Amino acid sequence: MSKQNKPMDEHIQNGSLLGKKLNRRDMLRLTGASGLGLLLGGSAIGGIMGTRENTPSSAVALDNTGGDIIPFHGSHQAGILTPAQNFLVFAAFDLTTVKLPEVRKLLESWTTAAASLTSGKLIGDANDNLNLPPSDTGEADGLQPSRCTLTFGAGPSLFDARYGLAALRPAQLADLPPFAGDSLDPKWCRGDLCVQACADDLQVAFHAIRNLARIARGIAVLRWTQEGFQRTGAADPKGSTPRNLLGFKDGTGNPEVSDNAEMDRVVWNSSSDGPAWMAGGTYMAVRRVRLRIEVWDRSSLSDQEATFGRHRKTGAPIGATDEFAELDLKVQDKSGKPLVPPDSHSALAHGDGTVKMLRRSYSYSSGLDPVTGQLDAGLLFISFQRDLLKQFIATQQRLAASDRLNEYMVHTGSAVFACFPGIREGGYIGQSLLG
Amino acid sequence: MCRLKFSYAVPAGLLAAAIVFTGCAANDKGGNAAATESGAAAANGGTVTETPAADTAAADFTAATEQYRAYVIEQCDAFVKETEHFTEAVKAGKLEEAQGLYAPARMYYERIEPIAEALGDLDPNIDARENDVAAADWRGFHKIEKALWQDQTTKGMAETADQLLKDAQLLRAKVETVEIDASLLVTGAVELLNEVSSSKVTGEEERYSHTDLYDFVANVEGAQKIYELLKPELAKKDAELEKTIGERFAALHAELAPFKSGEGYVSYEALKEEEVRKLSQNLDALAEPLSNMGTILGV
Repeated sequence: MSKQNKPMDEHIQNGSLLGKKLNRRDMLRLTGASGLGLLLGGSAIGGIMGTRENTPSSAVALDNTGGDIIPFHGSHQAGILTPAQNFLVFAAFDLTTVKLPEVRKLLESWTTAAASLTSGKLIGDANDNLNLPPSDTGEADGLQPSRCTLTFGAGPSLFDARYGLAALRPAQLADLPPFAGDSLDPKWCRGDLCVQACADDLQVAFHAIRNLARIARGIAVLRWTQEGFQRTGAADPKGSTPRNLLGFKDGTGNPEVSDNAEMDRVVWNSSSDGPAWMAGGTYMAVRRVRLRIEVWDRSSLSDQEATFGRHRKTGAPIGATDEFAELDLKVQDKSGKPLVPPDSHSALAHGDGTVKMLRRSYSYSSGLDPVTGQLDAGLLFISFQRDLLKQFIATQQRLAASDRLNEYMVHTGSAVFACFPGIREGGYIGQSLLG
Repeated sequence: MCRLKFSYAVPAGLLAAAIVFTGCAANDKGGNAAATESGAAAANGGTVTETPAADTAAADFTAATEQYRAYVIEQCDAFVKETEHFTEAVKAGKLEEAQGLYAPARMYYERIEPIAEALGDLDPNIDARENDVAAADWRGFHKIEKALWQDQTTKGMAETADQLLKDAQLLRAKVETVEIDASLLVTGAVELLNEVSSSKVTGEEERYSHTDLYDFVANVEGAQKIYELLKPELAKKDAELEKTIGERFAALHAELAPFKSGEGYVSYEALKEEEVRKLSQNLDALAEPLSNMGTILGV
């Protein structure tokens, strides 16, 4: 157990939790983080395919009511540190307008709509006028807010010649460099703007993206979308480590979201990091990773475990029995070979153990590949970090070069976004950038 | 003359209920109300949701509806005339001439399509595609289209051509009696753009001739005519909406402009995937604000 968790554990054991007025979210986070003992150790650092539990997803299991509202306004955007909801609908948009005031108008309209969408209210005021199409499309009418969060970001192309924003582009906000083995399809790449909609109900998340796209008509169009899922809280009430579509426990090494100092180090931009408008924001890397699941399913268990560097059943490092045992790359077998292969996913993702990022990925399944008849399924990898180059790019370069897992996956989509600082009451999304 | 009686947002399928044939120009108000009401009730699963048009007293749509009636009749006249030229060419065995007359003649029909659709069997008789109706009942433009382009012949089409001209003439006779009100205009404009979205954009309408862009443009022009007629009232009620719709029409026309070829339009097959997508997105961008024109009907 990491050192950050101990005080929380003691908190709970002492019963002092009962004496404090904690809201439901705090309670979820605390129990998710330490009551169930699911926190990461200090050792494992996240790669594309982590193998151990992270705090956000463990907390999901505890929330079956779907009734929670995650506040939309705040100093940071929601949907980043928020414990991962059951479902994701991710949308990248292209702006079709060439006028900056229209971009601003769109973000203002989205702000108003987002406040309604995340609190389970109908959008707009024309929902009872028989002469008009209702301003809300209605499929989430009467549904719980379901912890819906909407997270907005700007892609590098927003800062091209169209809107006069070039001087405000953060130096690191650029298309990701090519990585070995990339097989990117433009239809899963880039975007002027993004919206990450997460909720414990897929219909609620879909409704949000559908309505935001509707509001955008004439100003922006959808460029690509991807739905994602993970096991639900209902299917896993104990909140054990979720498994990816390769059957291994996934979500390793995420830093502790309740540790403010750690979040300031790993996730949030400070005013000295780059342009002032990004203070309180964070950079998002998105990769659509198709898994060659048919090939994977034909490989032996020992091959699978050597690929991850972990045991499938327990998630423990090879040779260990505890899921949360330290990933010790120096342990050798009798013949002097390392138990955890140096080119296994865990070993490479771990690196020297100094680089962290906050991962918030979802599995996806998008029907069949018409060419092969195989499933188009995999992972929509999403990570948040303060510095794309030092965190995501450095890690991914290491993995792309020699990860054993590369045989079983191919990166088909790629995008980066600067997620705006939080939206204050009365303000609008991206206000620090667009004034 | 017809004044707005009920402020329903009438779904496309209810146009038939909103258009009432009257033996003479006089209005049978009670009868109209009943027809509209029962139509709405059916659509709502039996629940009658009635909104009296009390608030619409300020808006006078007399001029707009009369002008639209004149427009419909003008389009219909031209439609009959051009259809006659087309069917004569078919019967005379002039393949190339018939091919050239086909799409332009149809544009007059496409501009007022929702009106025709409301007139019973006329629309399927004139405009059904091969799998829209039973094979034995299939007639009209698209049957001849198939012969002209797929089979490259006018042979065997004389009877179909005669029938088509008769159907066109019947349409012209019947539109005279159509009662037009403001809610029909609002609904009709959206319906015209929905026509584009659901069959023209996909290239399904003109599957043999690939003249879909003619229909596309005509539907848009038909919707724009209605917008122009309602513009003064719309500007009073919601100036920003009126301005937005105007801008979006302009944007769509700009998007269509490169595909003009002589007096007509390029084959739909010549369009690239991303060009079709862009046209579709521009159409959606227009249809969204246009669908809010119902705001002039009062609350």
